[in-house]
Amino acid sequence: MTALADLREGVRFDPATTTAFEACRLAQLDLAREDPRVVSVEADLGDCWGLEFRERMPDRFLDFGIAEASAVGAAAGLAMGGKRPFLNTFGTFALMRAAEQVRLDICYHRAPVVIAGMFTGIAAGFSGPTHHAIEDVSVARALPNLTVIAPADAVQAYDATRAAFAHNAPVYLRLGVEPGPQVYDAHESFEIGRGRVLREGSRLTIVTCGVTIVPEVLKAAERLGDVEVIDMPTIKPIDRELLVRSASRTGRVVTVEEHSTIGGLGSAVAEVLAEHAPVPLRRIGLPDAFVKEIGDYAEQLRRFELDAEGVERQVRAWVS
Amino acid sequence: MVNDLAERARTLRKHVVHLAADSPGAHVGGSMSVVEILTTLYFDGVLRVDPADPARPGRDRLIFSKGHSSAAYYAALAEAGFFPVSELDTYKKTGSRLAGHPHTGVPGVELATGSLGHGLPVGVGLAMAAQAQGLPSRVFVIVGDGECQEGSVWEAAMAAAHYQLDNLVVIVDRNGIQEDGPTEEIMALEPFADKWRAFGWATVEVDGHDVGELSNVLHEVPLTWSRPTAIIAKTVKGKGLSFSENTNAWHYGHLSADLKQQALQELGGAS
Repeated sequence: MTALADLREGVRFDPATTTAFEACRLAQLDLAREDPRVVSVEADLGDCWGLEFRERMPDRFLDFGIAEASAVGAAAGLAMGGKRPFLNTFGTFALMRAAEQVRLDICYHRAPVVIAGMFTGIAAGFSGPTHHAIEDVSVARALPNLTVIAPADAVQAYDATRAAFAHNAPVYLRLGVEPGPQVYDAHESFEIGRGRVLREGSRLTIVTCGVTIVPEVLKAAERLGDVEVIDMPTIKPIDRELLVRSASRTGRVVTVEEHSTIGGLGSAVAEVLAEHAPVPLRRIGLPDAFVKEIGDYAEQLRRFELDAEGVERQVRAWVS
Repeated sequence: MVNDLAERARTLRKHVVHLAADSPGAHVGGSMSVVEILTTLYFDGVLRVDPADPARPGRDRLIFSKGHSSAAYYAALAEAGFFPVSELDTYKKTGSRLAGHPHTGVPGVELATGSLGHGLPVGVGLAMAAQAQGLPSRVFVIVGDGECQEGSVWEAAMAAAHYQLDNLVVIVDRNGIQEDGPTEEIMALEPFADKWRAFGWATVEVDGHDVGELSNVLHEVPLTWSRPTAIIAKTVKGKGLSFSENTNAWHYGHLSADLKQQALQELGGAS
C-alpha cells in the first residue's frame, strides 16, 4: 500500500513499514515547507526520525538538550511569539516530567503547541518501565484546553498532524513507536473530535484507538462475529454522539486501549455512557501496575491480552 | 529624573501597603524589594510597551516570574496606565481579576506566573521567536532569588546562552530571604553571580534600590553582544518599612489598621 505516496508530490514512504511518529515527522516537515512559522522543538531525541528536518531546516530545529521543562516552556514562548512549534519527545517526558509546564505554559495560555509523544504505551518493550507511557492519556485528558489524539496508523498520524496544526491550539498526539498494520486509506479525511465506524455490528460495540491496537481489535472482531468497531482517535473531545448512538443500538460496550484502564479511553467512554447511555461496559487495557517484564512489543501485547487473541478471549469471557 | 523615579517608587510602596491591608494579605517582602526594579522598567523609558495597546506586535515583553509579588506588579501596571489605579482596591476580592498571582486576564500581564521557575524558559522561547523574525522586541524576566533554586531556571539559562539570546535580560531580585528563611541557610545560592557567568551570561551586580544604577544598566543592555544579560539586583526584603525589612516574617502577611498607618507614615504620609 502506497497510498500516501499517491497523495501528494514529494512524500514517499511505505505506510506498511512506517511508524506513526515517523509519519508525524514527515507531516511536520511538509508543514514547515508550507509555513515559515513552523519550528521543531527537541529534547535530544531528534534522531528518532527528526534528522531529515534537522538537515533541511537547521535553523528551525531547536534542540534544548535533555531539559524538558525548559523545552516545553520555550515551546510555549515560541508560540506566544508567533511561531508554530511541534514539541517532539517521548510521551512520558513531555506529559509527566514536564507536566506542570504543559499545564501552565501551554494549556493555560492556549499556546498553539503540538506535543508529539512517541514511545507511548508499552511499545518501548525492551526499554523497561522508565520508558513506558501508560498514564499519559490520563494526565492529558485532565488538562483544560488540551486536545488528545491517538492515531491508529501512519496514514492517520500524518493526517492528524496536519489537523492538529490547523487546530491552532494545544494538542497531544500519542504516537507509539512501532510500525503497525495499516487501517486507513490515505484519502479519508481526518477531523478532530470525530470517531469512525470501521465495522458495523449489532451485538456489541468495541471502542478503540491507537497504533497496532486498532488493527488487532479488527482481527478480534472478525472472529467475534456481529460486533461493531469504532476507531476513536480523538480521546478528547470524544465523539459523544457516535458513542451514544452505537451503544444505544448494541446495548453493550467494550473499550480496548494500550493504556492504564484508569483515566484513558475506557474512562472517557465510561463517563459518556454513565451519563447519556448507561449500558454494560468492559474496559480492556493495561492493569494499574508498572510493567516490569521486558519483551518485544508483540510479546508484551500477548502478555497483557491486547493482541487479537487476547481481546477475543476477554470479550468472550465477559459476554458469556 | 532620579527624584521622579524615587517618588514613583514611594507611590508603588504605598499601593503595596494598601493592598496588604485591605485584602486578606499580600507578599509584602518580595513586593517591597522589587519596587525599584519595576519603577525603572516602567517609568524610566526602558520598556517599549503601550498601555493603550498591550498586545502591540514587536513590543518588549516583561515576564514577572516571581508572581507572588503581585501587589507591586499590579501597582506598577496601574500607575503605568494598563488599568485604572482605582481597580487596585479590588485586589484579591471576589470577582476581581487581580488574583494573588497574576494571569493574562489582567492588561499588561504577558504570562500567568506564581508557580516559580516558569518565566525564564518561556522568556527564552519569546526571545528566540523575536530574533527569528527580526523583531526589535526584548524580553525582560524578573525572577526571585529563591526561585533560582528551581532547575528549570538553569535549564533555560543554558539554552539562552547556547542560542546567544542577547535580547533576553533576567533581573534577579536578590533580597536574600525566601519563605522559610535566608536563602543561604535554606538552599545556598552563592557564588550566585558566578553561577550566571559560568552559564555564559553577561552578568552585573547592582544596588536594586538605586534607580540611577538600575537605569544605567537597563538602558545599556545587552551588556555583551551575543550574550543574554543577567542583572543581580541586590535588594532588601520588605524594603521601606521598619518592621518588614530583612525578615521572612513579612514574606506574606496582612497589615492591621495600626500597621498600615505606621507603614504609610514611614513612607512619607498617607496618600
